[in-house]
Amino acid sequence: MPHLEVKDLSASYGDLKVLHGVDLSFEKGEVVALIGPSGSGKSTILRVLVGLTPCTGGDVILDGEPIRYGTAASVRAARDKMAIVFQQYNLFQNMDVMRNVTIAPVKIKGRPRAEAEADAARILARVGLADKSHAYPDELSGGQQQRVAIARALALKPEILLLDEVTSALDPELVNEVLDTIRDLARDGMTMLIVSHEMAFVREVASKVVMMDKGKVVEVGTPADIFDRPRSERAREFVGKILRH
Amino acid sequence: MSYTFQFNIIFAHWPELVHGALLSLLLALAGFWIGAPFALLLAAIRTSGPGWLRRIAGIYVIFITNTPVLIHIYFLFFGLPELGIRLDKYWTVIAALVMATAAYGCEIMRGGFLSVRRSEIEAAETLGFSRPQTVLYVIVPHIVKTIYPALANYFIVLTLSTSLAMIIGVEELLGTAYNIASDNYRHLEAFIVAAGFYVVITFVASLSLALIGRWAFRVKAKIF
Amino acid sequence: MEQVLSQIPEFVSPANIRFLVEAMGVTIALTFFGCGLGFLLAFFVVFARQTPGHWALPLRAAAILFVEIFRRIPFLVTIYLVLFGLAVIVRNASLFAIALIAICIYATAYSADIIRGGFESVPRQQIEAARAMNFGRWRTLIHVIVPQSWPVILPPAMVFMVAFVKDTALVSQLGVFELTFRGKELANQGFSAVLVYSTVALLYFVMSYPLTRFGQWLEKRLATPRSQRPQRKLR
Repeated sequence: MPHLEVKDLSASYGDLKVLHGVDLSFEKGEVVALIGPSGSGKSTILRVLVGLTPCTGGDVILDGEPIRYGTAASVRAARDKMAIVFQQYNLFQNMDVMRNVTIAPVKIKGRPRAEAEADAARILARVGLADKSHAYPDELSGGQQQRVAIARALALKPEILLLDEVTSALDPELVNEVLDTIRDLARDGMTMLIVSHEMAFVREVASKVVMMDKGKVVEVGTPADIFDRPRSERAREFVGKILRH
Repeated sequence: MSYTFQFNIIFAHWPELVHGALLSLLLALAGFWIGAPFALLLAAIRTSGPGWLRRIAGIYVIFITNTPVLIHIYFLFFGLPELGIRLDKYWTVIAALVMATAAYGCEIMRGGFLSVRRSEIEAAETLGFSRPQTVLYVIVPHIVKTIYPALANYFIVLTLSTSLAMIIGVEELLGTAYNIASDNYRHLEAFIVAAGFYVVITFVASLSLALIGRWAFRVKAKIF
Repeated sequence: MEQVLSQIPEFVSPANIRFLVEAMGVTIALTFFGCGLGFLLAFFVVFARQTPGHWALPLRAAAILFVEIFRRIPFLVTIYLVLFGLAVIVRNASLFAIALIAICIYATAYSADIIRGGFESVPRQQIEAARAMNFGRWRTLIHVIVPQSWPVILPPAMVFMVAFVKDTALVSQLGVFELTFRGKELANQGFSAVLVYSTVALLYFVMSYPLTRFGQWLEKRLATPRSQRPQRKLR
C-alpha cells in the first residue's frame, strides 16, 4: 500500500482549471520532486493536499484512508500528518523564532511547553539556528527565515513534509544553506514532496521525479530517467531548456 | 415586556417627516458649502501663510476640533446675546456647522496639499508645463482626488450632526420626530422611523457622492 | 461684556470648581468604559461577520446590518432609541446605564469597521500558514490576526475614542450629570452663558487635546517597524 496516493485529482481557481486529473503515489521514505514550467499546477497539488485550495474532483488517500476535504475532522487529521513549507516562508511576524516553532505543538497538539521548547531547540540546532531562537522574523535573512519555517514544520512531527518552491524567493547566495538543510533531512529518511526549480538538487536528492505540464503529469521516473532519457516530447523539450542554463 | 408597536400613528405624519428630512439636508448643505471656502482659506494659511497667522489658524482648528459642537451651539445661542449679537435658531445651527466645517475641512484639505509630491511637479515642469498649467493639470487634480473621499465622508458625518439642531428647537428630522412622539406618546416608534429616515438619507447621499466622485474625478470611492 | 467679567470671582468658587471637575470625571468614565466595552464587543461583531458557511448567513447579515445602521444614524437618535427601547424591557434603568449602553452600541458599530480594516490588512499567507498547521478560526484570530493587526487598529480606534470625549456631551440630553449637563445647570443658576460655556469648552479641550497628541504619538510609534524601534536590553 502506498503511503500517499493521489487519484485523478482536479482543481480550479474560479473558472481557471489548474489541475486536470493528476495521479501520483509514493512510499514512506521517498523524496518526490515535482518539476515543470511555472503554471503547471505543481504548487496547487501541495495546497490541495493540506486543504488550502479546494479540489473539484478525485481522491487523496493517505495510509489507505481517503481524506474527505469537506469534513473538518478529516482535514485536521490530514494536516496532522502533512506539514507544508511555503515559498514566502510565512513565519508569524508577531512571534519570535522559538514561539513560531512551538506554538502549534503547544496550542494545537497540547504538548507541555517545556517539552516542546526542548524539542524546538534541538530542531533549531539541526537547521543551524540555535542562537536565533529569540530573534523576530524581520530580523533574519531570507535563508534563515526559510530554515525557521522548515523547523516549524518539523516541530509538528509530520509524516510527510511538503516543500513549495522553498528557495525561489531567496537571493542566490542564500539558496545553499536551505538546500543543505533539506539534503540533511533526506539523508535521515524524511518523506518529502518537493516542488523545486533547482534541477541539480532534484537530481541529487529525489528518489522519484514527477514532470508536470498544464495541470497534468507528463512523465514519472527516477531522476536519471527524466533528465537523461526523457520519453515524451514535452519532457525532452523542458529538460533540454533547463539543462542549457 | 409586551409592547405593541403602532407605526401607523407615526406614518400619518409623513409629510412633516419628509419636510424635516429636507430641512436636515438643507442645514447640512448650507453648513458644508458656506464652510468650505473658510476651510480652504484656513488650509492655505496653515500650509503657506505667514508665521503668526499660521499659528492663529492652527489654534482655531485645534480648539474647534477638540470641543463639542453642542457647546458651540450653546455658546452661540445663549452666550452671544449677552454680547449683543442675536442669531435665530436656524442661523445658530448653520453658524456652528460652518465653524466645524472650516476646522475639519481645513485638516482634510491640508492633508491633500501635503500629499502633492515634489517629483510630480518636477515631472510636469520637465514636460514643459508652465506654472499655471502645472497647477491646473497636475496639482489640483491630484489634490481633489486625494481629498474627495474624506470630504464625502465628512459630509455624511455633518448630515448626522444636523440632528443637534433639535436641542435648540429646530424642527428638522429629529425635532419633528420628537414632537410627533411627544404629541402621541409613541416615542420608540417615532425614533425608529427617524432612524430609518437617517439611514435612507445618508445612504442616498453616500451613493450619489460615490457616483459623482467616480464620474467627475475618477475616484474609486467605497460605497459601503 | 463687563457684566460677564464681573461674574468671574463668584463663578470660580470652590463649590463650582468641584462641581465641574466631578462632571469631567463622569465624562471621562462614560468615554472610557463605553468605548472600551464597545471595542471589545466589536471583535465579536467582526468575528460574526467573517464566519464562513451557508448556515452563518443570518449571522453575517445581522453583523453587517448592525454596523451599517448605527453608523448611519445620529448618536442622539441612538440615545433616544436606547432610552425608550430599554423602557419597554426594564423599568427604571439608571440614566448612567442608558448612556453607557448607547455609547457602547455606537462605539461597537464604529470600532467594528476599524477592526475589520485591521484584520483585512493581515496578509492572506499568514492565515494560510496557520490553517495548514491546524489552527482553528478562533486560535488564528487570537494568536495571529489580532497581534498583527494591532498597529493598524489602534491609531484609528484611539482617534475615535478621543473624538468621543466630545460626543458624550449629547448624553446631557438624558440628564446624566456629565460636563455639559452641569454647564447647563450653572447657566440656569444665572451665571453668564458666555462664561459658563467658554469654561466648559475649555475643560473639554483640556481632556481631549492631550489624548489627541497621545494618539498621534502612538500612530507614529506603531508605524515604525520593530527592527527600527529602540532595542530591548538583552538579558
